[in-house]
Amino acid sequence: MAINYGEKIPNNVDLASDRKLQRALESWQPNFLNWWKTMGPALPTHDVYLRTAVDVGKEGWAQFGHVAMEEYRWGVFLAERGDDRRIAFGEQKGEPVWQQVPGEYRADLQRLIVIQGDTEPASVEQQRRLGETAPSLYDLRNLFQVNVEEGRHLWAMVYLLHAYFGRNGREEAEALLQRNSGDLDSPRILGAFNEETPDWLSFFMFTYFTDRDGKYQLGTLKESAFDPLSRTCEFMLKEEAHHMFVGTTGIDRVVARTAELTREHDTEEVGPHGGIPLDVIQRYINFHYSVSLDLFGSEQSTNAANYFTAGLKGRWQEERRRDDHQLTEDTTRIDLVRDGQVTTQEVPALLALNHDLQTEYVKDCQSGLKRWNRVLEKAGIDRRLTLPHIGFNRRVGLFAEHHITPAGDLVGADVWEAGHDRWLPSAADKEHVRSLMRPVYEPGKIAGWIAPPSNGINGKPFEYEYVHLA
Amino acid sequence: MTMTEGAPVDPDAAPIPKVSFDATPESYRHWQLEIDGDLAWLRLDVDESAGLVPGYELKMNSYDLGVDIELYDATQRLRFEHPQVRAVVVTSGKDRNFCAGANIRMLAQSSHPWKVNFCKFTNETRNGIEDATEHSGQTYLAAVNGSAAGGGYELALACDEILLIDDNSSSVSLPEVPLLGVLPGTGGLTRVIDKRRVRKDRADVFSTRSEGIRGRQAVEWKLVDETIPKRAWDSTVRERAAEAAARSNRPRPDSGARGIALTPLQREATADGIRYRHVQARFDRAQGLVEITIDGPSGGVPESLSRVHELGDTFWPLAMARELDDLILRLRINELELGTWVIRTRGDVGDALALERLIAQHSRDDWLVGEIRHYFKRVLKRLDVTSRSLIALIEPGSCFAGALLELALACDRQYMLDGTLDEDAGEQSDEAQILLSESNFGVFPMGNGLSRLASRFYGDDDHVAKLRQEIGRRIEAREAFELGLVTDAPDDIDWDDEIRIMLEERASLSPDALTGMEANLRFVGPETMETRIFGRLTAWQNWIFTRPSASGPEGALRRYGTGRKADFDRKRV
Repeated sequence: MAINYGEKIPNNVDLASDRKLQRALESWQPNFLNWWKTMGPALPTHDVYLRTAVDVGKEGWAQFGHVAMEEYRWGVFLAERGDDRRIAFGEQKGEPVWQQVPGEYRADLQRLIVIQGDTEPASVEQQRRLGETAPSLYDLRNLFQVNVEEGRHLWAMVYLLHAYFGRNGREEAEALLQRNSGDLDSPRILGAFNEETPDWLSFFMFTYFTDRDGKYQLGTLKESAFDPLSRTCEFMLKEEAHHMFVGTTGIDRVVARTAELTREHDTEEVGPHGGIPLDVIQRYINFHYSVSLDLFGSEQSTNAANYFTAGLKGRWQEERRRDDHQLTEDTTRIDLVRDGQVTTQEVPALLALNHDLQTEYVKDCQSGLKRWNRVLEKAGIDRRLTLPHIGFNRRVGLFAEHHITPAGDLVGADVWEAGHDRWLPSAADKEHVRSLMRPVYEPGKIAGWIAPPSNGINGKPFEYEYVHLA
Repeated sequence: MTMTEGAPVDPDAAPIPKVSFDATPESYRHWQLEIDGDLAWLRLDVDESAGLVPGYELKMNSYDLGVDIELYDATQRLRFEHPQVRAVVVTSGKDRNFCAGANIRMLAQSSHPWKVNFCKFTNETRNGIEDATEHSGQTYLAAVNGSAAGGGYELALACDEILLIDDNSSSVSLPEVPLLGVLPGTGGLTRVIDKRRVRKDRADVFSTRSEGIRGRQAVEWKLVDETIPKRAWDSTVRERAAEAAARSNRPRPDSGARGIALTPLQREATADGIRYRHVQARFDRAQGLVEITIDGPSGGVPESLSRVHELGDTFWPLAMARELDDLILRLRINELELGTWVIRTRGDVGDALALERLIAQHSRDDWLVGEIRHYFKRVLKRLDVTSRSLIALIEPGSCFAGALLELALACDRQYMLDGTLDEDAGEQSDEAQILLSESNFGVFPMGNGLSRLASRFYGDDDHVAKLRQEIGRRIEAREAFELGLVTDAPDDIDWDDEIRIMLEERASLSPDALTGMEANLRFVGPETMETRIFGRLTAWQNWIFTRPSASGPEGALRRYGTGRKADFDRKRV
């Protein structure tokens, strides 16, 4: 199969003159398209108003237009950088960054890229049926935008595997398409990516909390001494920001609609009126926040320490930190359970890098809560949404063996069981949310459980026909 | 021994001297080589003041690496320059002292790698002596005309017969354990039981009795073959040598067989590498590796045996083997941090094979061709016991055929390029090929007695038989991979990356762990005296060398001769 590279696969990695990449992509691309057709969005569409990156510059990275999704031009982009970048942390701090994979770190770098790459198509798989219940064409379009960009992020990781990891990399790239979310025989690597995304509230929660984990992981890889990885992630972060936006404003609008219905009917029990009660929203927050925290791995990790020391994976905004960037002598405090109490303990900073990243993430999540609470405040509602304690509902890390309430109290199994349905979405909650999921495909119309957005896409009005269904 | 006030210098912190392995009989300081018809006399007469490095005196006919470099040279010359020599008598030029073994002060002041390399080389030389007896009809006899202690007795053990002078004082002994807290590490323990068949309890008594054993008991315990009274010494030794010579299949002195001269190697050594006529080594210090390229025969292949003899040491297989031998020895002792050797060949597969045929045809009926074969076998064995990662790169324009393919098979891994690289496409469009010949099926056995193919496919004789049917056919990369002859066969697009990453990855691993791993994987199957010497004796010795009881500041090796008693770590490990 001959490919007109510049046209078909927008890129700034000189694909047209790189035989190795061409060959790798030529065999991979048909498999990718096949995967997209079978595992991508299930709802048939004619075309969708999508943003396509054709270059990394201001003009190029966001070109809008209606395109048929299977003809979407997934590209390969690395952020532009100066030539003199230096390693910012770890044992080799100050040395020039690597343009090739050092053999010493091949296995570790490949593992990091594979794990990152594995999450990208996973969310597409998790969300594949959501189009069938979209609350508006505007939201449907946003879903598809997120989907194609996750697809592009998969491409970005596959590019790295193809370009820098030889035959082994090609095999790993292939395996990224062979594992599937929720597949019993061949599941995705990380647990949270095998959970289904059954409804749009889950989708907004996912894009807010789980994609935000992705943002922080990309942020640490952006610091990597392996320059192509660093530059790839920097460009991905730009797109990831849109996914956050979908989640943030999505939850904004659900909360706004709930507030509206509360005032209209003068009750917090908005369920019978076609809304999603704040209690349910809180429980969804509790769930998605806690499973996303698990994605950071154990708070204490020698792997993370090794990656840092080797220069493979830095901290969030490494270069803005004011320390020696080597951390061999530093300590920090982490939360844990000891002697039947939630307390803190001092540990070597190097071993607590996952905890460090998690802490940054938690701060960032708080800003969403503030935002949604402002919506409630403006509507004159006293009730507030909160983030549960970091030990709540954890399956990974120092709290995994314990039951912690959202308020942060250590409790026994009986109390946990009894409180479960107050803290996490119950079968009834899920059933209620599911009952609201009816598609609205008419331009300018929106489902009753969510408020319309304040702005459309790319200056277009809300009523714009963002998606032409097939 | 160099001592500062009170505290001994740490030997492992001292710089390691650079060593050359060049020697000629005219330059010997420690040996006299006398040719006497079909007998040769090798007399050890160590020059005390001519140690290889400063800091010790070679008293009592004790030796260091310099002494052994001369011995190695002598054994090689005896085989190539003296076809008529059928028996070699190793004896001492000193009164009452045959040889006191490795010099203790030298060992005490040496770094660990130096000790290990020294022992390895002396072991290889002693194995070479046994190889001469077994395969060249050049029987070595030890005429022990004074005390033989430690390495001195081990030297005698390498000989086919041990004759001990019966003067009521000369003894043979292995005093390493009781006196030095180390092992008789150049084959002593192994040869006593494996070769001389000394009972193990007697061997235990013998190896812990520092004064050794003499006279009748030495014969009874099979530590020596015969004791000879002083007055009958010379004539009996000569008699025994003549008897050994009579059994030899080497050319008789009247056969007209003429030796060839081993002329000095032409070598250009710089900071970046070593260049010989047929062998080049380029150092890549940043990557910690050496790129070794061996050129195949260039030009015509000799048509007759007389031409081979006329070419002598310029005959390609011999010249190449000598150069490679020298390179291995130099790299091993002088370039400790170049941990990976990347081995390539360059030349015409057809030429390599024509030569191969010549050797195969005549290695039994012509003494010189036979010697070349056995020499190349020994060089390959040297490679087998080299503590470096060995990687063969089989690329277009290479000539890994037959005997040269053994080089690749000796490596830990083999990578063969499938296709051609861009830059080759014009002039050199042939794909890389390898070729099996009879040489790969037992002509150059490893220390375990098996061919490298039989070792590679240990336990799968059917596959080896199947490979035998491939003899003479040019095998390209995919097929070589399928036949299990190469580790991987990346194509032109992957080649550079795969090789670079593989080499970098290798360089990042623990050198000690790699040495241990490689040594374990290279030798499968049956144990032989040789594998036991390298795999068991040497490994234990090297462990003991790093332990405080031997090499610590209070260890026996370091305290020897200071008048102070060693302070052992009493824990059994």
